[in-house]
Amino acid sequence: MIEYILTFILFTLGLYAILIKRNLIKIIIGLSIMEYSMNVFLILVGYKNGATIPVFTSLTEPRPDAMVDPVVQAMILTLVVMSLAVTFLLITIAMRIYDKYGTYDIRELNKLKG
Amino acid sequence: MLPLFIIIPLAGAFIISVTGKYSRKVSYTITWLVTFVLMVLSLKLLIKGGFTSYNIGGWAPPLGINLVADGLSILILVIINTIVFVAANYSIGYIGKYTSKWTYFALYLVMLASMNAAVLTGDLFNLLIWIEVGGVASYALVAFGTRAEELEASFKYAVLNTVGLLFILMGVCLLYAYTSTLNMADMAQILAQKPDNKLISFVIVLFLIGAGMKSAIVPFHAWLPDAHSSAPSPISALLSGVLVKSLGIYTLLRVMFNVFGITLLISKTFLIMGTASIILGGILAVYQNDIKRMLAYSTISQIGYIFFALGLGTPLGYFAALFHLVNHAYAKALMFMTAGAVVNAADDIRDIREMGGFGKKMPVTSITSIIGSMSISGIPPFGGFWSKLLIIVAAIQAGQYMGAFIAVIISIITLSYYLKLQKHVFFGELKSKWAGIKEAPVSMCVSMIVLAAVCIGLGLLYVPALKAIVLDPAVNVLINGSSYADAVMK
Repeated sequence: MIEYILTFILFTLGLYAILIKRNLIKIIIGLSIMEYSMNVFLILVGYKNGATIPVFTSLTEPRPDAMVDPVVQAMILTLVVMSLAVTFLLITIAMRIYDKYGTYDIRELNKLKG
Repeated sequence: MLPLFIIIPLAGAFIISVTGKYSRKVSYTITWLVTFVLMVLSLKLLIKGGFTSYNIGGWAPPLGINLVADGLSILILVIINTIVFVAANYSIGYIGKYTSKWTYFALYLVMLASMNAAVLTGDLFNLLIWIEVGGVASYALVAFGTRAEELEASFKYAVLNTVGLLFILMGVCLLYAYTSTLNMADMAQILAQKPDNKLISFVIVLFLIGAGMKSAIVPFHAWLPDAHSSAPSPISALLSGVLVKSLGIYTLLRVMFNVFGITLLISKTFLIMGTASIILGGILAVYQNDIKRMLAYSTISQIGYIFFALGLGTPLGYFAALFHLVNHAYAKALMFMTAGAVVNAADDIRDIREMGGFGKKMPVTSITSIIGSMSISGIPPFGGFWSKLLIIVAAIQAGQYMGAFIAVIISIITLSYYLKLQKHVFFGELKSKWAGIKEAPVSMCVSMIVLAAVCIGLGLLYVPALKAIVLDPAVNVLINGSSYADAVMK
């Protein structure tokens, strides 16, 4: 049970960073923390106590009940790639913002109002 | 036939990113051809009607990923592919002032592929991934001009939408843990057998946050005015006209109606959020002087009308909501295109107080803009009038007198801000600094004329023969929520 609670705390920590922090890079880090917490949560969903890796070692006596869930692991692979793309894009945009505004402080980005 | 909607644009994007550097003509031609072919295919699907499904790799639904085209999917698919084709045609005239045009067209086709796939897929996790693919393409396209405002808008848009998506992801994880399946139809059947509990309510809230962020209903609307006003105009037309509807509203409808089953609580939430969006979007739009920002706030208000009608919970309400969705998609795409033509002609000045008298110099833009304005604000011969009338009638039938009253009042306010736009931009005296202003290029004019003709024609969707082909199948999907699962799993 404690693992799930810790994962949830990690998720809210990331959310906290996005909502409170003023630095663009710290916001991106907060987003990454949220994504990591979701990956850990997925692993926990598929975890089984005392189970092995999801590979059949013997075809004569397959034991799918003694394996962890492989579907969530496939989902995490996809999510890692997705979050990599988003992080790349966000960092690129943050760098271009630094070129234009000369700062990473989100309070200085105030060209859009209303 | 269904996988073609995903394969063709992705292949087009690949070819453009390989060859686009060497020849500009190739990327124009490929984009035009791809979008045209897809438009024809989607119209063919609409005429054929009925229920189609396709199992990717031959794996049957609960195990593999399947593509499903039912009434609702086909309706949204037709909207997407027609508007994307017109906007692609418009882009060819518009894109001239930007550099590295091939990136634009490659991202454009990726965005098209993701919208088509999100609408067609029958797998919850796959839906999530396609939403994010469309998201990444649209974040990059919003920042395409790489000016300070565009980068700022794009950053805000990207962060808020990714957070929303992570909330959906958490909902998907919890659902997977609860039902051990990711297929939406299978999930619906398993959930129907299990007793109601708090987990489902929690997941519904997570989906409301995530998909609400994409569809910009009021507590989650903050990114929309920035992103939609900063993007290049054809992209604004796509974001407002199509992306918000396919990735936001469609996702919410599919999950709420066909997976969880609509309950009174969800309807009430839709009703409250919708009313708040109608009021806030409508009132804030009046105070805007930036032409594209005004249209963006108008989008929030009109999305509010759609959610308000969905929240009424009656068949007429669902019909009115989908009818308004169709009308708003075409009319708002048209309005953003005319706004783009005006801004392009006026050297990137977007403040309507500095304009005036453009009507004499730009007749096509002026007339199409008037048609779009009249359609959105609900003047009789156009489609927008019928859908708003139906929303108000449905509200009165459902006993929501207050909501109906608000809908009428904000409808009048909508007319007032569109008249403000028309008065400042197209009427009045031509200032001396705009003496050399010219009409938009031919490809842009043609696109605007086509959409204006569609806006006039949409009033006919209420004719029984057309209604039975276009809107009724989609409404039936919402009314019989469980029919989706039965049709897929049989």
